[in-house]
Amino acid sequence: MKRFLGFVKKEFLHIFRDYRTLFILFGIPAAQILIFGYAVSTDIKNAGVAILDMSHDEITEKLTDKIISSGFFRKTETLLNYNDIDRIFKKGKTKAVIIFEHDFGKKLISEGKSSLSIIADGSEPNTATLVTNYTTAIVNNFTADLAGPTLNNSLRISPEVKMLYNPELKSHFMFVPGVVTLILILICALMTSVTITREKEFGTMEVLLVSPLRPIQIILGKVMPYFILSFINVLLILVLSWLVFGLPVKGSLILLLAECMLYIMMSLTLGILISTVSSNMQQAIFISLVGLMLPTVLLSGFIFPIENMPKIYDYVSSILPPRYFIVIIKNIMIKGTGLMYIWKETLILIVMTVVFIGLSVRNFKIRLE
Amino acid sequence: MRLSPPLGGWGAKRKKNKMRTIFYLIRKEFLQIFRNKFISKAIFAVPLVQMLILVPAVTFELKNVRLTIIDKDISPESRGLINKLNGSTFFKVSFSTFSDEEANNLLHRNKCSMILQIPSGFGKDIGNGKQGKLLATIDAVNASSAQLTWAYFTGVVRDYNTDLIKSNLTTNPVIPLPGIEITNRYWYNELLNYKYYMLPGILVILVTAIGFLLAGLNMVREKEIGTIEQINVTPVRKYHFIIAKMAPVLLIGLTDLSLGLIIGKLAFNIPFEGSILLLFLGSTIFLVAVLGLALFISTFSSTQQQYMFVAFFCMIIFILMSGIFTPYESMPMWAQDFNLVNPVAYLMRINRMVMLKGSTILDISRELISLVIIAIAFTTLAVRRYRKTT
Repeated sequence: MKRFLGFVKKEFLHIFRDYRTLFILFGIPAAQILIFGYAVSTDIKNAGVAILDMSHDEITEKLTDKIISSGFFRKTETLLNYNDIDRIFKKGKTKAVIIFEHDFGKKLISEGKSSLSIIADGSEPNTATLVTNYTTAIVNNFTADLAGPTLNNSLRISPEVKMLYNPELKSHFMFVPGVVTLILILICALMTSVTITREKEFGTMEVLLVSPLRPIQIILGKVMPYFILSFINVLLILVLSWLVFGLPVKGSLILLLAECMLYIMMSLTLGILISTVSSNMQQAIFISLVGLMLPTVLLSGFIFPIENMPKIYDYVSSILPPRYFIVIIKNIMIKGTGLMYIWKETLILIVMTVVFIGLSVRNFKIRLE
Repeated sequence: MRLSPPLGGWGAKRKKNKMRTIFYLIRKEFLQIFRNKFISKAIFAVPLVQMLILVPAVTFELKNVRLTIIDKDISPESRGLINKLNGSTFFKVSFSTFSDEEANNLLHRNKCSMILQIPSGFGKDIGNGKQGKLLATIDAVNASSAQLTWAYFTGVVRDYNTDLIKSNLTTNPVIPLPGIEITNRYWYNELLNYKYYMLPGILVILVTAIGFLLAGLNMVREKEIGTIEQINVTPVRKYHFIIAKMAPVLLIGLTDLSLGLIIGKLAFNIPFEGSILLLFLGSTIFLVAVLGLALFISTFSSTQQQYMFVAFFCMIIFILMSGIFTPYESMPMWAQDFNLVNPVAYLMRINRMVMLKGSTILDISRELISLVIIAIAFTTLAVRRYRKTT
């Protein structure tokens, strides 16, 4: 035991010696939380819109004002000609063009009908949809105001909505669990796979293997510091998201931390597995960084819900551990549900951990090649 | 012994020698990369496989929102509404129940994402000319999905409303209202195919990741195992060495780009509106910038682990801020200012604009010039920071 503690201490020294790595270890989650919280959002603000007004009457001007002053849009240009649309789209600043037909106002008053078209830049589908939806809503409101009370009489159904779990529709509820999931698997898998492969590559593994330490102690000793550091990372993210965004943990904190420990364990064993199949650090880094990063971000349901993907991705993503952890952490943190609701996901993570351990033990070589 | 100057003078010979030095160094780098069996395959296989798998998966499009219906009314009107919801592409009625508790449970369990309650008397109220009430409960953990769901739902209800009014037209004539007819079209991507949007983006990320890691790790590895000493004691100039470190990775990056574009064309039929040459020009400048930064960072790092972490940190920030998933314009000013030095943000825009819209060199001149400045700055920093002395 004393021997083992000595070994763990050595590993800690390895890590703490390098203050830069330590700084980044805690800097990455902090930076991600802040970027997702303040810099990026899927909503639109100040999207560039150009107006092609062939009518220039009081109503079109009023409507234009209403659209531009909504806060979603910014007027980039006033076009005079239909052929200019392609030109300004190619410059990339304008996301949509709103076109009023000739005699827009006159027709609206005399015939009760006039037409407006929205041409959006489909090369950014999400922005294009949002811009179109928002503009449509603004125009519809405008028409409703014009129509006055007669319209309300014809409305027969009034739906009401309750936004459950997140009544203020904050995006934090989505990305904080995502960041925890992403950071833990990447850092744990990366750290462990790299430190073990490093010993192999530099031949120091030989020194360790001939020492009286048993292989299992070597692995445990390697993993232990990262387990503790990752756990501190979880606490850091939770405290940060609570302080900065006021995001509380609705469910049981103890359950959440226990699940995080399980997930950290799983990621560490994945790292060990990667190290047993890699012969040098570059290989380990490639597998754990390039191989894991994009699939984790894109297929785990972090940003893009799995339900919206083609059916086959339900199966493809089922081999990715983050997918299950995201469900677990969202359930506990945001919905406040207990173990009853997440036992299946928990079980899958446990099974994965066991499988990774089994595979690593089989692949781990105590003899040198 | 007197040496007679060779044809073309001493200068030409020296120049030729210089070229030869760089050529040999580049050859050495290629050998080092391709000697590693895993890396030599992974740098091409990983982008290929990830593109094929990831591009079709990613979409913001909402379809098949799973509904749980609590229909306490059971009238022709409520059934009509349910049919209308089922018939739309956005909704799928997955469960029907009379118990609020069970419905909540389903929502908790993630079995559905919306509950629609139709209270008793809904049909009667509509028949009597009163307003029929509906209550929707939406799982709003994902705020943007929830908003879209609600928008689609009100859309379906509005349509149903119009149907009702039309069917009652004979009994209850309505005065024609002033209406603005809105037509909308999407240019360059009429069906809003997300693959067109995501492919250039994912391609940029993969090329960035491979270039950034490979160049920096190779440099730090030489330091870590000590072989850099052998280079440092030779007359090889600093910039020779930096160029030699960059060139192979640059070529690999461009090969990956070509592979990605071929996949885009063959597997996903992505349109190529603009000039491919322009795309490669932009990507080359971009890669020089990224590799310059990678080598600059590598001068600070003494171990591959250290480098990897700094690189990971930079990459995550660059990629998240680049506007790959999110509209660039809605970022706050400070974020847009940061993006002035973010090469990934520029290439993200260039790729999408050139590929999908056919933007010309004039349209993207600002992005290209900025990239050139970044590339020169980072490469100069890398050369200056690199010390041959210890």
